[in-house]
Amino acid sequence: MMLKQAAKKALGLTSRQSTPWSVGIFRSYHENVIDHYDNPRNVGSFDKNDPNVGTGLVGAPACGDVMKLQIKVDEKTGQIVDARFKTFGCGSAIASSSVATEWVKGKAMDDVLTIKNTEIAKHLSLPPVKLHCSMLAEDAIKAAVKDYKEKRVKTNGAAAAGETTQA
Amino acid sequence: MASKVISATIRRALTNPHGAFSRCRHLSTAAAATAVNYEDESILMKGVRISGRPLYLDMQATTPIDPRVFDAMNDSTIHEYGNPHSRTHMYGWEAENAVEVARIQVAKLIEASPKEIIFMSGATEANNTAVKGVMHFYRDTKKHVITTQTEHKCVLDSCRHLQQEGFEVTYLPVKTDGLVDLEMLKEAIRPDTGLVSIMAVNNEIGVVQPMEEIGRICKEHNVPFHTDAAQAIGKIPVDVKKWNVALMSMSAHKIYGPKGVGALYVRRRPRIRLEPLMNGGGQERGLRSGTGATQQIVGFGAACELAMKEMEYDEKWIKGLQERLLNGIREKLDGVVVNGSMDSRYVGNLNLSFAYVEGESLLMGLKEVAVSSGSACTSASLEPSYVLRALGVDEDMAHTSIRFGIGRFTTKEEIDKAVELTVKQVEKLREMSPLYEMVKEGIDIKNIQWSQH
Repeated sequence: MMLKQAAKKALGLTSRQSTPWSVGIFRSYHENVIDHYDNPRNVGSFDKNDPNVGTGLVGAPACGDVMKLQIKVDEKTGQIVDARFKTFGCGSAIASSSVATEWVKGKAMDDVLTIKNTEIAKHLSLPPVKLHCSMLAEDAIKAAVKDYKEKRVKTNGAAAAGETTQA
Repeated sequence: MASKVISATIRRALTNPHGAFSRCRHLSTAAAATAVNYEDESILMKGVRISGRPLYLDMQATTPIDPRVFDAMNDSTIHEYGNPHSRTHMYGWEAENAVEVARIQVAKLIEASPKEIIFMSGATEANNTAVKGVMHFYRDTKKHVITTQTEHKCVLDSCRHLQQEGFEVTYLPVKTDGLVDLEMLKEAIRPDTGLVSIMAVNNEIGVVQPMEEIGRICKEHNVPFHTDAAQAIGKIPVDVKKWNVALMSMSAHKIYGPKGVGALYVRRRPRIRLEPLMNGGGQERGLRSGTGATQQIVGFGAACELAMKEMEYDEKWIKGLQERLLNGIREKLDGVVVNGSMDSRYVGNLNLSFAYVEGESLLMGLKEVAVSSGSACTSASLEPSYVLRALGVDEDMAHTSIRFGIGRFTTKEEIDKAVELTVKQVEKLREMSPLYEMVKEGIDIKNIQWSQH
């Protein structure tokens, strides 16, 4: 064992192989974040004026993060059938909103309101300094659902108002 | 038994395709620009796979060492190992001679006398010594320092330290092109002003301050003028007499020299006095005690001599590359803003803001180009760079800035590849950006009420 170490040292093999790249205080991106950046899912827009579309626009350019999340809801079942996003922000913000669009698809509107930013952060292994990106994604989902419900109230009048108060 | 282990390890290392030897192969960045994407030569770093070493376009952070400087240093390291302050034997005399030759080389570059050059560990130490040393020496009569908001962190932090000690500091604002307003400087000078510290070339935006005018103002009011010229020497013509500087900080690793060495020019006629930061045996005219790092100093001297010879040629080469880079990007993209004055600028620095695209996400996409967003000092925090904020750049544009640094060894192919990659990433991010979408629809972003949280 000791001889092996000595031999390795003699050939200069220890330094490169034993020190991994991500040791120390480097901020390294999790591969999930990079995956969402390189292959973003669901980038795009729906027509804002479509009655089945809810749009959530959160954040501020001054903070360096703006997210727009749109959901297309099937009016009969209340299920989210499709989602699109556009984000102005860092890699973690882009990944958080991309993950949000993936997770809301196929779920009922009330289910997606329970998606917590901590789950998004855990899935992407976000460091503490980037937790606000996942918060913004959660806010975007809530804003999109709220917008859709408000639209339904406007188009359907009293009947829809009765539905939303039960929900 | 021991020999068996050793021979087994050797055999394994030589036949293992991913052994230490293969990993030691370094493609130069210029070669990487023309390399095709070979799978087996790709590097996996921090979860990111890139096809070779990134193109190095971050010359303001540091520069690669010039091979000729390395040759001079190498030779000196092996043979001139004596302590340059040993007076009693040949080893000391040889080392001292090497240091004095380097001193002459540095002095020639800035039109100073060799007796006015004090070697230090870098521009940071030189800035600290200048700012704190002068004010501490004159602390009984002078209580006021003037500097700008765009100085390097070490100057700003030294001034903050002085403030805690009871001195007063005026941080002059800059105009939108990054230059100091000379009228404001004149008004700020008081009878008890002990120092004016204004950097010659800004490390982030590359603007060149009007040094002669500032020097004239300081001479009129009889205030010592300190400048941080780390990014200026060897790149623009520097003349301490014309500029009327009393103190000048210099750094070796910004001009293709080694890291860990720099110098402070301290004027002798008229004399400027300062308190040393390093106390000890009184080396370097008593202003910086400690054994000089002979090899580093020799490297610094060689770098200065080379810079003097090649300054004109470098400027022409780099200017051509800067135009190539800027025009290449502007041809394909709109919404590109150059931060800082285009007229009064060092050609090797190009700080661009891309509207509607965020800087960190752009950097993540530009993994095959080594650039920085803002300055290296501020890249760890979440705030946009303080230099850009001082310019009055909007917050969202400040977040999107990228600093391209071009140098002596940058090639045309590297620039072309950088243009290609930048354009591709910016276009991809603009596709993803809600701000770009809103602007294309005709909505004015500045009038929207954003929901902050």
